[in-house]
Amino acid sequence: MSQHEIEVILARQLAEYLAMPIFIVDPAGDLVYYNEPAEAILGTRYVETGTMPASEWSTVFKPVDHEGKPILPEELPLVIAMTQQHPAHKSFWIEGLDKAHRQIELTAFPLMAQANRFLGAIAIFWEVSE
Amino acid sequence: MRVTLWGTRGSLATPGPSTVRFGGNTSCVSAQGSEGTLIVLDGGTGIRNLGQSLPQNLKRVNILLTHLHMDHVQGLPFFAPLRRSGVEVHIWGPASTTLNLRSRLLRYLSPPLFPISVRDILSDLHFHELPSGTIEIGEFLVEAQLIVHPNPTVGYRIRDFDSTVTYLPDHEPALGAKTFPIGEDWTSGYTLAEGTDLLIHDSQYTMEEYEQRVGFGHSSLTHAFRFAQLADVKQFVPFHHDPAHTDSMLDQMIEQTVTEEQPPFIVTPGIEGTVLDLESYTHNS
Repeated sequence: MSQHEIEVILARQLAEYLAMPIFIVDPAGDLVYYNEPAEAILGTRYVETGTMPASEWSTVFKPVDHEGKPILPEELPLVIAMTQQHPAHKSFWIEGLDKAHRQIELTAFPLMAQANRFLGAIAIFWEVSE
Repeated sequence: MRVTLWGTRGSLATPGPSTVRFGGNTSCVSAQGSEGTLIVLDGGTGIRNLGQSLPQNLKRVNILLTHLHMDHVQGLPFFAPLRRSGVEVHIWGPASTTLNLRSRLLRYLSPPLFPISVRDILSDLHFHELPSGTIEIGEFLVEAQLIVHPNPTVGYRIRDFDSTVTYLPDHEPALGAKTFPIGEDWTSGYTLAEGTDLLIHDSQYTMEEYEQRVGFGHSSLTHAFRFAQLADVKQFVPFHHDPAHTDSMLDQMIEQTVTEEQPPFIVTPGIEGTVLDLESYTHNS
């Protein structure tokens, strides 16, 4: 099994201690880590799933805008962070595996390491309370 | 390859009667290949004695710095080959996000911290920044990767024809891990250490000391044993001893941890002056 880059290992360790849902994806878009608060949104536990391929985890959420219209993938912050390699933020609604509708704000940023190494991206969810 | 420990102390040189056996010099290890290539790992105070032992007609030295904390560079200006014209000295080490390796080293190798500047060094100096993939140095192949320690720090895996040594003198792979180790893919330094013949690894603290110093960038001896076991190494050298640890304390720490952990690998205490011949050196020399 190959070892993650040190910056990704440190990001996971920080995420383990934070109360905000955090997702870490690798340069291929695979979900390499999500913390305990994120487990509640995904409806699965990291210790059970381990890494999830992009094709699997990207279908978990059904993102819609404030009028209920589906949001195009290229407009989602994490996709912007991955493809354009700059930070992005958006407020929208999601339906998780538990079928609950949540209004969230999502901040995503690319993990750019020394020597211009692109290591993936981090997404932080902020649930908006009514 | 012949590996020699010239300095095994961490943080601060600690000479005196209570450290006379393990030694008081800070980090420096040499690796000599069966074809004569010399690699020097770190430039702590131990590098001075190494410099004294090298022949006057030496043409090239390769110094691999893990990072630029004082206990790893303080001996550099006292390394005799640096003061000789006609010697090619190559220094590898990590840059920071804003400064290159040469500029970072100059902060120490210049007044007021040191009276002599890099410009006054007579040898032919070359700087190389890491990490940069696999480096070929004579008969050696060297891999460098960033590892967990404050400020950019790399570890090294050095391979010759049929033996490998891994050097991780300042390393805290247990940082933030709720249980350690949590798996190969999530353990800093694993790729460098996997299956190595000889692992030289940070073992600065007891577990009680570690709990008071989480985040300082060092390992407990117990964590180092568990890292070595995870990586399935063949031989392990506890290294970077705390300045407060006397010879008798180090004997006791190592004996107790061996009893508790029952390691499947050979444990060789990190004693200054120790010479370890790995397979190819023995076969070809």
